[in-house]
Amino acid sequence: MPFYPVQLVLLNTGGAWFDLSTLPVFIAALIAIGIVLFTTYHKKSRERFTLRKIAGLDAVEEAIGRATEMARPLLYTPGWGGDIQRPTTIASMNILSHVAARAARYDCQLVYPTHDPVIMSVAQEVVRESYVQEGYPDRFNEDNIRYVSSSQFGYAAAVEGQITRLKPASIFLLGTFEAESLILAETGNFVGAIQIAGTDSTIQLSFFIVACDYTLIGEELFAASGYLSGDQSILASVRAQDLMKLVIMALLIIGVIWASINPDSTWWRF
Amino acid sequence: MRRRIPQLVCGLFGLVTFLCYFSSHPIARKIYLTVTLDYWQIIFAFTLIVGALSFVRVNLRAVERGEDRPYKIVSLIGVVLMPILALIWGIRGGSPFMWVFENIQVPMQATVFSLLAFFVASASYRGFRARSLQAAILLGAALLILISRSSIGDLIWDRIPEAAEWVRSNPAMSARRAILIGIGLGSLTTSVRVLVGIERTWLGGEK
Repeated sequence: MPFYPVQLVLLNTGGAWFDLSTLPVFIAALIAIGIVLFTTYHKKSRERFTLRKIAGLDAVEEAIGRATEMARPLLYTPGWGGDIQRPTTIASMNILSHVAARAARYDCQLVYPTHDPVIMSVAQEVVRESYVQEGYPDRFNEDNIRYVSSSQFGYAAAVEGQITRLKPASIFLLGTFEAESLILAETGNFVGAIQIAGTDSTIQLSFFIVACDYTLIGEELFAASGYLSGDQSILASVRAQDLMKLVIMALLIIGVIWASINPDSTWWRF
Repeated sequence: MRRRIPQLVCGLFGLVTFLCYFSSHPIARKIYLTVTLDYWQIIFAFTLIVGALSFVRVNLRAVERGEDRPYKIVSLIGVVLMPILALIWGIRGGSPFMWVFENIQVPMQATVFSLLAFFVASASYRGFRARSLQAAILLGAALLILISRSSIGDLIWDRIPEAAEWVRSNPAMSARRAILIGIGLGSLTTSVRVLVGIERTWLGGEK
């Protein structure tokens, strides 16, 4: 049932405005957000620094170049498991923007099948903008960004069929994947495509590592935007991730020592 | 302005849902559910129309061009037929809609899913070739898990299931949790970047 602002004064006011059981999560979230904002906006934190080499992201250029030389399309799909609210899908859109810009520049066909009409609409805008920014709006074909099916195996069959028929030179499997991951990756392998994959599902990562040429593991998928664009604001937030990892490592060490000294204590189990 | 308004809406809704997460007050819960369920369904319904129209347009053009014509015709028949069956006879058990769903769609989905077994076999064959020390360790761990899950595991040595469980709970779980921490931090920083407007690729890429 929809909610209207007038109900603010009519609803029963039981329950706490701030649920104290969520306090540890709230504090952790505030610290994390604070670190991200500090590294992003603090001038000294934004001084130029470089990320370590990420093979999967360096291979993006190679994959697009290969498709151009072979005069075969690029196929990019975000998987069946996610929707546009998911950070992984947003991270995938960031890479799509870069890939689309290169595809526009080299006049290479980019095919983007998806299971979600919302993702399709956003992807169409992202790809269209990349083509416009590169100066080739006429090369953009809206039909290449396709909604295929919301059904998991309907989507898998549709993408598998496109891979088999189009024989893309390069395939990007970046997003949230479930059981369809190996079906798509193995089909791509059979047609001889160079494959770059990345997902937030640890179960599907193992399939991608086996079946794909390059796999973005863990936070590499989220660092892609800064890595590919070189934008210092985004790179600064990647530095924030490293700082947060240091904090987590310190907490883990303290927790291990504390639990070893006093196994009955529970304060650290938040 | 074309991008500022969506950015403001995104930031506002992000802030509201973030704050509502920490409240058990009925009003906060109601706002949270309204934003995440009702509003989302409305947006999805409208984009589904766009998606379905795009699907029909793409397939009709392919039929005109003679490109994969049989497949495209079957797809179009499915898209047109299913809503008609549902509208005329409903979607209860025993209706034509359910008959098509249970006797055509479900078996086709099961067929695609069953392909996974063959793909697992071919991927395993490539993945488990012991070319290096790391690959040999992976192969050893995989064999241990496979044997422990089969009925002969206990017969070979009664400690095999225990050893396999140790591999799953310690080295495998440690690696998995490390990756999950990285994914969690990556998700968080990406979300903050989007909400405060540092990352605008989803709006079409303008910085």
